[in-house]
Amino acid sequence: MHDDNSHDQQPRPASAGAAGDQLAQSERQPTGMPAVEFRDIDIFYGKFAAVRDFSLAIRKGSFVTLLGPSGCGKTTILRSIAGLVDISSGQISIGGKRVDDIPIYKRNIGLVFQNYALFPHKNVFDNVAFGLKYRNVPKPEIVRRVKKALDMVRLPGSETKLPSQLSGGQQQRIALARAIVFEPEVLLLDEPLSALDANMREDMRVEIKKIQRETGITAIFVTHDQEEALSMSDHIVVMNAGLIEQIGSPAQVYDQPATAFVANFLGKANMLPGSVTVMDGKMAMIALASGHVVKVAAPKALATGSAVTVVVRPQKLTVGTAGAANRLAGRIVSTSYLGGNAVYEIDIGAGTLVRANTLIDGQPLREGEAVDVCFGPLGCVLLDAQGLRIA
Amino acid sequence: MTKGWKLYDQRLAWILVAPVLLLLILLLLLPIAMMTVYTFFTFVTAGVESAVLTFDNWKEFLTDSYYHGFLWKTVRVGAITAVICAILGYFPAYFIWATTFRHKWLLLLLLIVPFWISFTIRTFSWIHILGEQGLINVVLIRLGVISEPLPMLYTEGAVIMGLLHFLLPYMILNVYVSLESIDRTLIAAARSMGCTSAQAFREVTLPLSMPGLGAGLLLCFVLAAGSYVTPQLLGGSRDALFGNLIYDTIMGQLNWPMGATLSIVLFVLLGAAAAAYSRYMGLSQIMKGLSA
Repeated sequence: MHDDNSHDQQPRPASAGAAGDQLAQSERQPTGMPAVEFRDIDIFYGKFAAVRDFSLAIRKGSFVTLLGPSGCGKTTILRSIAGLVDISSGQISIGGKRVDDIPIYKRNIGLVFQNYALFPHKNVFDNVAFGLKYRNVPKPEIVRRVKKALDMVRLPGSETKLPSQLSGGQQQRIALARAIVFEPEVLLLDEPLSALDANMREDMRVEIKKIQRETGITAIFVTHDQEEALSMSDHIVVMNAGLIEQIGSPAQVYDQPATAFVANFLGKANMLPGSVTVMDGKMAMIALASGHVVKVAAPKALATGSAVTVVVRPQKLTVGTAGAANRLAGRIVSTSYLGGNAVYEIDIGAGTLVRANTLIDGQPLREGEAVDVCFGPLGCVLLDAQGLRIA
Repeated sequence: MTKGWKLYDQRLAWILVAPVLLLLILLLLLPIAMMTVYTFFTFVTAGVESAVLTFDNWKEFLTDSYYHGFLWKTVRVGAITAVICAILGYFPAYFIWATTFRHKWLLLLLLIVPFWISFTIRTFSWIHILGEQGLINVVLIRLGVISEPLPMLYTEGAVIMGLLHFLLPYMILNVYVSLESIDRTLIAAARSMGCTSAQAFREVTLPLSMPGLGAGLLLCFVLAAGSYVTPQLLGGSRDALFGNLIYDTIMGQLNWPMGATLSIVLFVLLGAAAAAYSRYMGLSQIMKGLSA
């Protein structure tokens, strides 16, 4: 279950494992202090381990997303940076300085909450100016910086309004302005989009990302929404049950899921269990439980008879004629028409259902139709019996 | 008969409201109206009044400083009680709100427990604590701290003490309910922006709990200023409040027209306090506190 990266990355933050390589590659400055660093964090609530063995180094100015289902520990980690949750062991550093014993109000972090958490009895100006007031910024400077922050979130002139006079999206912009106005070392975003409706959410996604780029602030974003994570992040930390499953760029975690959990959680990949029948050079012939034999590129020689799972994204499956290497005969169980493309659920025998997401050429196929599902040997990932990616 | 009735029919609404409306009219508005009429009756002699209309009762109330003294004293005792209640009540309310104790309902239950004992008996109990042969004096004399019993009972202090005992739960519940409605992430937000917990209390918790504090103040003031039993049992003759004055005028002097006048005065005074409060805070807060 446990990805190597979370252990091995720790002593050599920028060079261990695939995720570490990626961190190093994408870093513009060759070296530098990580903006936020976690070392071996454990967080217990009584006997319940909310987070275990959490190690992560976050480059300055990057946008890192903690992604996972509810209860995976992502919010707990976020709150531990803010000092709202005490860590049981390990250490957290912000800008190279240990903060474990620094009280929350001295940590200099910006926090954006899911429910906005604007002060209902204060107007927009007093809300945004709050952090500046407690940093002893002189009054004219406060006025100037509040104005700048409100311009940045595209709500200029709203100083005298009360939060209750603003829409949900506007309130979240004010909350964002309030969190960045005092130029914190880290911006923490705790599922800030989940209370917004779908259209607003997409706008805010773009806007948050834009503001983060412009200000160059280090941002840590918590979400359970894989689309948000994939579209906004420089790096994604996929968590499950208190442990890190994988750390990597959006493309890495999507295309090369390290574990069965990641493959499933991001984009519901097809998981086809089977066993290796024979190696043919770099190709493995795999007998699937559904009765088909498929040819899949293997990163290394696999022992005959070893149990593997073939992971294929729905987008990598074609339905019908294409002359791809692997062709599985099946019958369409359900069709979801999505405009330009369609998602088919196809029964390929022995109770195995696969999902194919394909462009529609002409009419979408109908339920009950017999079709062939095809995929090439290169677009898949192989997992071993423990559910870890074979690399 | 039920033909053509809609689910939210106006007629149905009136039928459902009618019993309560009838009760309010019969038992509240009508008696008040009758009392108002009485204030204009002529007092002949004890127990006898004639229906000759006059402004004499109102003239007497407005000109006689005897009544003004009682009015002022009542407002003062009510205000002092309410303010002390607010100061003493905020802390337990805050504690119950802030505690991580798993069985909060037990703490809230403790607030309700006194109501299981008759209010009159609870008031009587103070006689055994504050009286000349009461707990405090006996202990102090036995210890040799004092030689003469301290005069504590039958003073204004004893009256206020009794009122505090009676009214504190109302204050605590009101403050607690308004604290409970505060979103705790607001406090986390304030702290993350640089507030110590004391500053976060001043910036967020206190202002957002003001409606509850205000409701508690109003409730305690109205109940204290309208009290009758407590000053009767714990106060001396000089410590009577307006309620005792009304009782004395009606039951002692048998002067019903004057008694009615004084009753209307108290009614208007307390009504005005409630109206002023609802104008600025909204009465719904009190309802929340009472139904907690």
